[in-house]
Amino acid sequence: MRVVNQPVPKVDSRALVEGQPVYTDDLAPADCLIVKLLRSPHAHALIQDINLTRALAVPGIECILTYEDCPDKRFTMAGQSYPEPSPYDRLILDQRVRFVGDAVAIVAGTGKEAVNKAMKLIKVKYEVLEPLLDFRKAKDNAILVHPEDNWKSLFPVGADNKRNLCAHEEDGQGDIESVLVSCDYVLDRTYHTKANQQAMMETFRTYTHLDTYGRLNVVSSTQIPFHVRRILATALDIPKSKVRVIKPRIGGGFGAKQTAVTEVYPALVTWKTGKPAKLVYTREESFIASSPRHEMEIRVRLGADKNGIIKGIDVYTLSNTGAFGEHGPTTVGLSGHKSIPLYGKAEAFRFIYDVVYTNVMSAGAYRGYGATQGIFAMESAVNEMAGILGMDPVILREINMVKEGQTMPAYYGETANSCALDRCLARAKKTIDWDNKYPYRDMGGGKIRGVGVAMAMQGSGIAALDTASVGIRVNDDGFYTLMVGATDMGTGSDTILAQMAAECLGCDMEEIIVHGVDTDSSPYDCGSYASSTTYVTGMAVLRTCEILRRKICAKGASYMNCAPDDVEFDGEKVLNLKTGESISRQEIGNRVMCNNEDALYASEAFSSPISPPPFMVGIAEVEIDKETGQIEMIDYAAVVDCGTVVNPNLARVQTEGGIAQGIGMALFEDIVYNEKGKNYSNSFMQYKIPSRLDVGEIRVEFESSYEPTGPFGAKSIGEIVINTPPPAIVNAVHNATGVLIRELPVTAEKIYRGMKNKEK
Amino acid sequence: MLTINNYVKAKSLEEAYELNQARNARIMGGMLWMRLGNARVQTLIDLSDLGLDQIEETAHVFRIGAMCTLRQLELHEGLKVLYGDSIAESVRHIVGVQFRNQATVGGSVYGRFGFSDVLTCLLSLDTFVELYNGGTIRLSEFINRKRDKDILVSIIIRKSNRRLKYDAVRRAKTDFPVLTCAVVAGPVHGKETWYFSVGARPMKAKVLEKKWSIPRDISDGLLMDYAKEAAAGFDYGTNMRGSAEYRRHLAEVLIRRSMHAILMEE
Amino acid sequence: MTVEFVLNGKRVTAEATGDTVLLDVLRNLGCHSVKCGCETTNCGLCTVWVNGKSRLSCSVLALSIEGQEITTLEGVKEKAEEFGSFLAAEGAEQCGFCSPGFIMNVLAMVRELKNPNIEEIKEYLSGNLCRCTGYMGQLRAICKYMEHMKEEVHS
Repeated sequence: MRVVNQPVPKVDSRALVEGQPVYTDDLAPADCLIVKLLRSPHAHALIQDINLTRALAVPGIECILTYEDCPDKRFTMAGQSYPEPSPYDRLILDQRVRFVGDAVAIVAGTGKEAVNKAMKLIKVKYEVLEPLLDFRKAKDNAILVHPEDNWKSLFPVGADNKRNLCAHEEDGQGDIESVLVSCDYVLDRTYHTKANQQAMMETFRTYTHLDTYGRLNVVSSTQIPFHVRRILATALDIPKSKVRVIKPRIGGGFGAKQTAVTEVYPALVTWKTGKPAKLVYTREESFIASSPRHEMEIRVRLGADKNGIIKGIDVYTLSNTGAFGEHGPTTVGLSGHKSIPLYGKAEAFRFIYDVVYTNVMSAGAYRGYGATQGIFAMESAVNEMAGILGMDPVILREINMVKEGQTMPAYYGETANSCALDRCLARAKKTIDWDNKYPYRDMGGGKIRGVGVAMAMQGSGIAALDTASVGIRVNDDGFYTLMVGATDMGTGSDTILAQMAAECLGCDMEEIIVHGVDTDSSPYDCGSYASSTTYVTGMAVLRTCEILRRKICAKGASYMNCAPDDVEFDGEKVLNLKTGESISRQEIGNRVMCNNEDALYASEAFSSPISPPPFMVGIAEVEIDKETGQIEMIDYAAVVDCGTVVNPNLARVQTEGGIAQGIGMALFEDIVYNEKGKNYSNSFMQYKIPSRLDVGEIRVEFESSYEPTGPFGAKSIGEIVINTPPPAIVNAVHNATGVLIRELPVTAEKIYRGMKNKEK
Repeated sequence: MLTINNYVKAKSLEEAYELNQARNARIMGGMLWMRLGNARVQTLIDLSDLGLDQIEETAHVFRIGAMCTLRQLELHEGLKVLYGDSIAESVRHIVGVQFRNQATVGGSVYGRFGFSDVLTCLLSLDTFVELYNGGTIRLSEFINRKRDKDILVSIIIRKSNRRLKYDAVRRAKTDFPVLTCAVVAGPVHGKETWYFSVGARPMKAKVLEKKWSIPRDISDGLLMDYAKEAAAGFDYGTNMRGSAEYRRHLAEVLIRRSMHAILMEE
Repeated sequence: MTVEFVLNGKRVTAEATGDTVLLDVLRNLGCHSVKCGCETTNCGLCTVWVNGKSRLSCSVLALSIEGQEITTLEGVKEKAEEFGSFLAAEGAEQCGFCSPGFIMNVLAMVRELKNPNIEEIKEYLSGNLCRCTGYMGQLRAICKYMEHMKEEVHS
């Protein structure tokens, strides 16, 4: 392949390394209204009174909106295809506040100083209610987070606001109890993962204005422009045709921006005042009122026979969705459906889950989307089983893992058409030199190094749901415009889609201009989430190119007065195979601007009935100080099967980045609330994401299977990359010290206490 | 949010001192910690033009101007010659180079922060602070005083035969420390004396003096006993970063390791 | 009040109150490369040079830099493009939001450190956070850039 599978630089690289003003805050006009939100200091309260008199008198204040100014029609901020599985439990502003930091008033004024001054002068009287802070006590608790009658669930996800339930389901195949009874070894363990912040470098921000036609224009740092259009229309109760959403360059998302976190507030201000408005979240707001990963407690029961074959898998997930239900009903499913299928010899499985409301910040979508939590539990349980069996955890996986061609009952019955998991494990094992390092090496000087392993899977888009379309147009001189609705948030999706188009159309990257995303002109795309872009949008690119090539051939043939069947297009010219005559793409592109009735434009959509999983193995090597318990990352060997690798550079960087985030989840990141629900993890000072001194060495390789239904054999890679570090690191700690940690993050103190307990 | 009504670059220490006597006046260090708070400052006094950003070395002392940056402390050759890598060790984990190009030694000392590596390290040496009005007093006395309206002009380390070892434990590499520890040994009036400075307990650094004579070939077990006794001389607390019990254990380990390193140096 | 200083080689004046920080002044003057990533001095996105030294513009009071020389990415275009091309060749400028502050600190580092090893490079840049790349691609770019500069010196 000429362009696909090449390390092409990103199409926007120049602008980014030069620091060009291409992000939301750079594009907002200097004189737009500054919008800020007054936030609740209570985790659960009813607003009895809001006195705005003094605040409104501050010069420069344009408006202050309270719940009395907002429609009483509930909606969801979740970026999902309609009808959304997430409950309609939001109002723009509500009389009931449900977490410390929940929005109480929207203040808009002509400058930061005026707005800050006014905020201090707003007097709110609260009736403070008892908060529900323990997610283990949430189900059927007397305290209801959403007691309101107009709470809605559009989808049968097992939600019931009167029980604090956001979702519930039971699934399985085979008779799990009798299978477990027949097993020689049964393990029953519970694991606890915490809410984690995506912590992208660009916080949440949106600016809005009314255009010439009185339509609401929204420029936002979002992964879901089309969903934002619908969400705003619903929230403001205006026709969808009145809303336009534009996505500029984004400073990272990782799922955080798959919830419409900021859009609705400046949108309401602009709609009411007619003036441009901008809301930029501070880093603190991006820590206390954002959309972090769902906290989950996952109970795993594994049954294995005396040979170590895992016969039965039983998973129960309790997921904490916080004050609102965005992505609550959907993330939880992956905790079982994208962990259990890793094991191909199970004869029975069961998967039950509850998703509960609590009075903490609403959780949302974060890379991995439930699979990360489920894989932590599953891989940790399998590693513990290896310990009980006295078996090397790599070998235990070698004899149990899912193989190519197998049907996966726990993965919606799909078949693993492309699976190189076995090769990934073999390669990772070799790269790290597992046999010489497992289980540990005493390095002397009180230091000990251990290795640990984990496998992972994810999906490629949401089967039979995620829909992507692209449009490609031929321009003057024959250059192409590739119009996408997929949202590049720095990942380089614009680039890889252009690579695929260049490959199909037989041209160079420079001839393709990527344009996106503007809901007025871009073809529909669900957005960049669920690892859909490479696979789903990619296939839309292929389909569109195919149609466009036919149109180019037909046009060229007509210019050469021959039949379309007589010609061939080699990317540069249309060639008459019979006469040898040809006409260049350049000439065709120019001629069709006159006297032409065949627009050289194609636009095709794609949705897949299946979601082929990428697979991955991660092996961590850690060094532990036996006296202090301090743990350091030494090495990480990762091998990824994402099918054909569209861009080796970008795929490698994605993997390294995901592993770094996984290391953060394993070792440093935690959201800590006090007994009143106040979030202490409200800055980079307290919430520690890995610095470059924290990640050690990361080595990434690819073992490519070939996915027959994917573009050029590709599967997606965006999310799976975060899934292996937490269980691999926990396994490495155990192999080094004998200490088992079942609640993240792993800390030196936990290791120290574990070692001390072992001594006793 | 910090608000500042007036900014003044003082032309003399006298002017700075006069201005600082007003209730809502503040002296600016690196502006890194103050900016995080909610002070309503009437007059912010900048000492940058007063030549306080030099480290002066004489035969007897190091005189570190209050406006010296942590980075200057980190790179100073003279301090390295006398104290090895430990001075640099006490600052190099603090956030990043950009931060340390701005954070001042004066600000770190005046602030008397619990988390301060710098304070812990300086406290273990023969260190004094020079106050504009209050004269020169020991850092160990200054550290217990409440913030007042005097101006910290410089930090003075009296040179003598002292071996220094600094160590700290952190959860993430550029995080606040879980515990800081500086150990110094040297002859004082002819007697071998050890100084143990432990900070981030999470309380601020405190220093203990022990007149111990410890042989170089002391056994690990006996050295551990010494370290335990030293560590027992401090109180510890629990917060988000660690429990009191763990901190005490860390103090025992870090003190023992530092003592061992110092003994091996001789 | 106004403050006059030299920005990327040109004399400029800006309005500022006692607590106005340099970051806001620079963005208002059109230097959009300077980003705000946090409120607690941890992220390094706002890194600029004050008299050639890397500083955090979020914590520099605008009124304190009267007459001083401030450099942003816009003022070192050529050098930034040169190093930037090594970043782009690794695909290591992902979302690009940390890139300007990071590049400023890299350029300061190659000026200040002679032949740094990997650990020294990592430590110098420890105040520049990145969430996208895992730092490895950035390190590859730096090593290749330093190699390239060595070759340039020799030729």
